[in-house]
Amino acid sequence: MKPTFRKLIPHYLLLCLVLFFVLLPLWGMLSKAFENPDPGSFGALANFKRAWTVGKFGLFFKNSLIVALIVTAISVLLSILSGYAFGKLSVSGKSLLFPLILLGYMVPFDAAIIPLYNWMRSLGLTDTLWALILPQIGLSVSFGTLWMSSYFESLPDELVDQATIDGCSRWQVLWKVLMPIARPASSTLIVLIFMWTWNEFLLALVMIQKESLRTLPVGLAFFQGRYSANIPLMAAGAIIVALPTLLLYIFFQKQFLQGLSSGAIKG
Amino acid sequence: MQNKAKRYPGESKWKGLLYLLPALLLYLIFTFLPILETIRSSFFQAESLYGARSFVWFQNYIKLFQDSQFLSALRNNFVFIFFYSFLPISFGLFLASFLARVRVPGMRLFRTLYFIPQVLSMVVVGVMWRWMYDPNIGPINVFLRWLGLEQFAQAWLGSFTFALPAVGMAAAWVQYGFCMVLFLSGIQRIPEELYEATSLDGANAFRQFWHVTLPGLIPELSVALMTTIIAALRVFDLVFAMTKGAPGGSTEVTGLLIYRWAFELNNHSYAATMATVLTLIILLISLVIRRVFKQSEKGAL
Repeated sequence: MKPTFRKLIPHYLLLCLVLFFVLLPLWGMLSKAFENPDPGSFGALANFKRAWTVGKFGLFFKNSLIVALIVTAISVLLSILSGYAFGKLSVSGKSLLFPLILLGYMVPFDAAIIPLYNWMRSLGLTDTLWALILPQIGLSVSFGTLWMSSYFESLPDELVDQATIDGCSRWQVLWKVLMPIARPASSTLIVLIFMWTWNEFLLALVMIQKESLRTLPVGLAFFQGRYSANIPLMAAGAIIVALPTLLLYIFFQKQFLQGLSSGAIKG
Repeated sequence: MQNKAKRYPGESKWKGLLYLLPALLLYLIFTFLPILETIRSSFFQAESLYGARSFVWFQNYIKLFQDSQFLSALRNNFVFIFFYSFLPISFGLFLASFLARVRVPGMRLFRTLYFIPQVLSMVVVGVMWRWMYDPNIGPINVFLRWLGLEQFAQAWLGSFTFALPAVGMAAAWVQYGFCMVLFLSGIQRIPEELYEATSLDGANAFRQFWHVTLPGLIPELSVALMTTIIAALRVFDLVFAMTKGAPGGSTEVTGLLIYRWAFELNNHSYAATMATVLTLIILLISLVIRRVFKQSEKGAL
C-alpha cells in the first residue's frame, strides 16, 4: 500500500512542528551571530572576528584541537589493542579485568575529579594541557575497550585461525585481517571520542586556571559571564564552539547515529 | 560475555595481557585509582586545609544526609529525570509510533536534523536557551506578548517557580530527538505481520501500541532510559551555563555542589562523600535498569 501525498499531510505537519522546535534555538543563535552591532566595521563576520580575537576564541580553539586530537588518537589506538586482547586473545584474569573496566564506563567523572586534581597539582601538571589529556585518555579507553572488544568478538574466529595458518603473527592478524573489516566500528569510536573530548567541561574547568590554556566550552562559559549583555558576540562564540562537532556530524552521520543509539555514554 | 578466544600452542599466556596493558594502566591510574581514593577520602576529615586528616568513619555520610542543601540538590536531580527521561521518551514513543509504519519520503532528512542537539556542547545549549528565555528579546516572551499574554512574560531563569523546569526544558530539547530516532529505527525492526495479525483481531491503535510496539521496543527503551537517567543525575555543564544553581539554590544539582565544596570551599572529603553517594545511586539505577531489561541485553552495550 503506497500512501498518497494527501494522506501524508498530518505526518508532515507533525514532523515540521517538531522540526520548528528543534531548529528555533539554533536559528536564533545563527541570526544573532550575523547581526552587525556597528555597521561598516567588518561586515557580516564582525562578531566572529571579535569573538576570535578579543574573546580569545582563536586561542581556545587551538587548545581544544590539541587536546581532542591527542586524546582521540591515543585512546583509539590503545582501545583497538585492548579490545583485540579481550575479543580475540586469551587474557588471564579476564573475568576480573573486564568488569573493572566496565565500572569506569558507568561511573561519572565527579567520582574521580577531586583526587585527580590533587595529584595533578602535586605533579605540577595543573595549568598544562596534560592535565586534560591524560585523564581523558584514561576515561576514553574504558568505553573504547568495551566498544572494540564487543566488535572483535562478533567477528568469526575462523578469520584469525586461517590467517595464522597462512603465517600471520597476532600483530599482523590485527592490522592486516581484522582492522580492514573493523573500519566502521573504529570510525564510530573516533567520532564519539572526539566529540566527547571536544565538549568536555568539568575537567577543563577544574584543571585550568590560566585563561590562555582554556578550552572552548570553558572559554564560552566565562565569556558568557563577562559579555552576557552582548548576545550577538556570545552567539558567534557559541557557533565557533559548535561548528567542529556539527561538521563532523554532517560528514559522519551514520557513525554518530549508530554509536549513540547503542547506548554509548561518556563515562 | 563468553570467552571464546583461545591461545595457540606454544603462545605465551602473557600475550593477551601485553595488548591490554597500555590501556589498562592509563585507565587504572587516571580513572580507577582516583575513584578508589574518592571513596577512601569520604571517610576522612581534614584538620586543616593541607594538613593531616583523621579517620571519622561515617561521620561525613551522617552529616550529608542531614544536609538540606544536598537533599534539595538531589531532589532536583530527580526532578530532572522527568525532563531528561520521561518527557523525551513518552514524546518520542508517541511520534515514532505515529510515523514509523508509513513510508514518509524525506524522513532521513528530518531524522538527521532532529539529532543535531546531541552533538552540541552543553554550554552551547545553555547559551542558546538563555537567549530563548531572555526577558526582553527571548522568543518565548516575544511570543507571549504577541498573543497578548503580557502578564505571563517574565524572567524565567530568575523565577523560583520556573527556573528548574526552564532548565529542564532545555535538557528535554537535547534528548527528545535522540529518543525519537532511537524508537523509529526500533519500530522498523518489528515485523509487519504482527501489526497485521492484531489488526485482523480488531485491535485498535492503542492496543496495538501496547501489545506490539511497546514490547518490540524493549531494547531501545532500555538504552533510552539508561542514557537519559544517567545524564539527569550527572548534569553539570548545562546548569553551570544557565543558572549556576540560582535563584536561591532552586536549580542546584549534586554535580554543582560537588564542584563547589571541592573547589570553592576546599572541603575535599565532604565533596568526595557527595561524589561517592551520587556514584552509588547511578550504579544502582543502572543495575536495576539492566536487570529489568535483562532479556534484551544483546541490543544494548
